[in-house]
Amino acid sequence: MPDQPLPIHEHALESLRIIRETMDRAGSFTSIPGWGGFLIGFTAIAACALAQRAVSDPQAWLRVWLIEAGVAAAIAAVTMTRKWRRTETPFMSSVARRFFVSYFAPLIAGAALTFTLVHRGSFDPLPAVWLLLYGTAFVSSGAFSIRVIPLMGICFMLLGVLAALVRLPVGNLVLGAGFGGLHIIFGFIIARRYGG
Amino acid sequence: MARTAAATTNRKPIVEPQVPDFDRLIHERTRLSIVSALAVNPTLSFNELKAILKTTDGNVSVHTRKLEEANYLVCRKSFEGRMPRTEYSLTAAGRRALEKYLGHMEALIKATRKGSE
Repeated sequence: MPDQPLPIHEHALESLRIIRETMDRAGSFTSIPGWGGFLIGFTAIAACALAQRAVSDPQAWLRVWLIEAGVAAAIAAVTMTRKWRRTETPFMSSVARRFFVSYFAPLIAGAALTFTLVHRGSFDPLPAVWLLLYGTAFVSSGAFSIRVIPLMGICFMLLGVLAALVRLPVGNLVLGAGFGGLHIIFGFIIARRYGG
Repeated sequence: MARTAAATTNRKPIVEPQVPDFDRLIHERTRLSIVSALAVNPTLSFNELKAILKTTDGNVSVHTRKLEEANYLVCRKSFEGRMPRTEYSLTAAGRRALEKYLGHMEALIKATRKGSE
């Protein structure tokens, strides 16, 4: 027996679904590496533990976190490229360009502030600066990406506010909670819900 | 078979909604996707459209040409070094057509819901 044709209202629902899904896919940069973020969370917790031991020597403390930043960037680059290839999404599309501009602008501001603060020997504000600007990067770039990204940014910013109220030994632990804990939680959510 | 017939006769009569005169040009799945993708991006290249739609070169080519002929989108060809680049963007007429089509689909769903109440 041949298949019954779809009732007209089901055609309409199907058309609305096509429009919504295409707009979501075309308007969002979706190559956010969930498992990459998850892994970065663990390297950040290790960095936090190492940095805590060096907290009495701020230069050594800073070196640990700068190395961790390099490790995290490498993990993110590799896992993002793999996800992009697997899902065959356009990598340097106009939406990806908007995502990266919004993402890197606060990070460049963070690098400039880090340089100034370290140059003046002021280490206590660094955890707050990093968390606030990293969070800002996700809130702003999240407009061009999956819905969970701005939420993750807000969580980083809240921890940044907390870090602004404490001295470096406690600030280091807040950094560990942010770069470690939040990356693990949100990395897992992204990996499970958004394809790896 | 008899049971099916009985079930059919017991069923509540379906009030068919009046089918609105919607735009058949963008009703087609690929063309609807092209217009929707361009509605959220100022421009998209041929390869970007192909990747978003997960379809073939030929398919993108045929359907963008039809939309272009209807003045729903404009196509700009240029060179990036030695590589040709084709970019599409939605015209005001294309955006209006999508909005009108969306309105028709929503009206149709509402009419069906009203009819089945």
